[in-house]
Amino acid sequence: MAAPRHTAVANPLAEYLQRLGDDRLVLGHRLSEWCGHAPILEEDIALSNMALDLIGHATSILALAGAVEGQGRDEDALAFFRDGTAFRNALLVEQPNGDFAVTLVRQFLFDAYSVLLWDQLSHCGHEGLAAIAAKSLKEDKYHLRHSSEWVVRLGDGTDESHARTQRALDTLWKYTAELFERDAVDDAVAAMGIAVDTAALRSLWDGLVNDVLQRATLTRPPETGPRRGGRTGRHSEHLGHMLATMQSVARAHPGARW
Amino acid sequence: MLTRDEVFGVLQTVPDPEVPVISVVELGVVRDVEITGRHITVTMTPTYSGCPAMREMEADVKAALLSRGADSVEVRMVLTPAWTTDWIGPDAREKLRRYGIAPPGKADTGGFVTLTRARPAVPCPFCGSAETRLQSEFGSTACKAIHTCSACGSPFDEFKAH
Repeated sequence: MAAPRHTAVANPLAEYLQRLGDDRLVLGHRLSEWCGHAPILEEDIALSNMALDLIGHATSILALAGAVEGQGRDEDALAFFRDGTAFRNALLVEQPNGDFAVTLVRQFLFDAYSVLLWDQLSHCGHEGLAAIAAKSLKEDKYHLRHSSEWVVRLGDGTDESHARTQRALDTLWKYTAELFERDAVDDAVAAMGIAVDTAALRSLWDGLVNDVLQRATLTRPPETGPRRGGRTGRHSEHLGHMLATMQSVARAHPGARW
Repeated sequence: MLTRDEVFGVLQTVPDPEVPVISVVELGVVRDVEITGRHITVTMTPTYSGCPAMREMEADVKAALLSRGADSVEVRMVLTPAWTTDWIGPDAREKLRRYGIAPPGKADTGGFVTLTRARPAVPCPFCGSAETRLQSEFGSTACKAIHTCSACGSPFDEFKAH
């Protein structure tokens, strides 16, 4: 069941932490879908390692979200026993893997955002979140270096790789604005000492992204028709399919341990 | 009952499940030990957030202390301060090198990611040559990267500075 809107607002910190956790859980699962399918062995290992890191970050944050929520839900309950409308991830991370260019462009756009966000949150006024942020930042820096280098290699590669990477960028760009949107939940957690300077984040992200796109000989798409809704549980149809796979084992065997 | 030094002595015999030439103490994940009667609390810090070896380490630490006379063992995971490879001491680094894993350099704490930053070559643990190149940032485990030595031709793991 989707959490009613008033519940979410009643506990903005739990809501905020679910957003952070869900982004990483969903993206981590998407990356894990590559396991055994990546174009070279090293990349298969890299994408799986990145998936592990992201799911590790999600585990820490959702555990904290469950504790803050105080309804007895742990990280597994939040990951496997919530329906799509209760997920709070941004639409970008649930987009399907597509070809290798789509996966790496999606990863790059998110990594650049995530590194900058963790850097800010590592200084925030919530001790538990600051600790997770400082820890996750170290790992996400590797991810960003990896995805940046791939975007440059693919963009500045063959005609085919360039065209596919530009197409991936054009397809995914409309989902990036949502990462920097601010609503009542952000305002409420800011009052608790978890203030993120969204404008500063956006401007640093622009600089970082522009630099990589330029090296990759890619053209930054125009800002048209941003897609939003993930933060309030309005998702694309892709999330439902993904969750059906991700949650099937846990739901078929509730309480199973191994 | 075990003294604090004895507990650390026992933990020195618990190997890292993925890099068994060094112990969990040498890896720097054991942050503190508290002894209350026959109950021992070990405070540990995870290496990587999603590292599957952490649960193994936790189980191994508990088993080792229980087999040496503790009645109950609790492992408490703390995230702060975040684990860094700078906590791996010189002896353990030498053990890693002799095992064929290039030890970590100094962890880089500052700044974001720039593609133009020059990365120092990682010396080959087999022949010592600096003529090496990075093959992949991600190796068989989260903590390792893969390099190749141009001098002796060996591929080798690097314990990433973290």
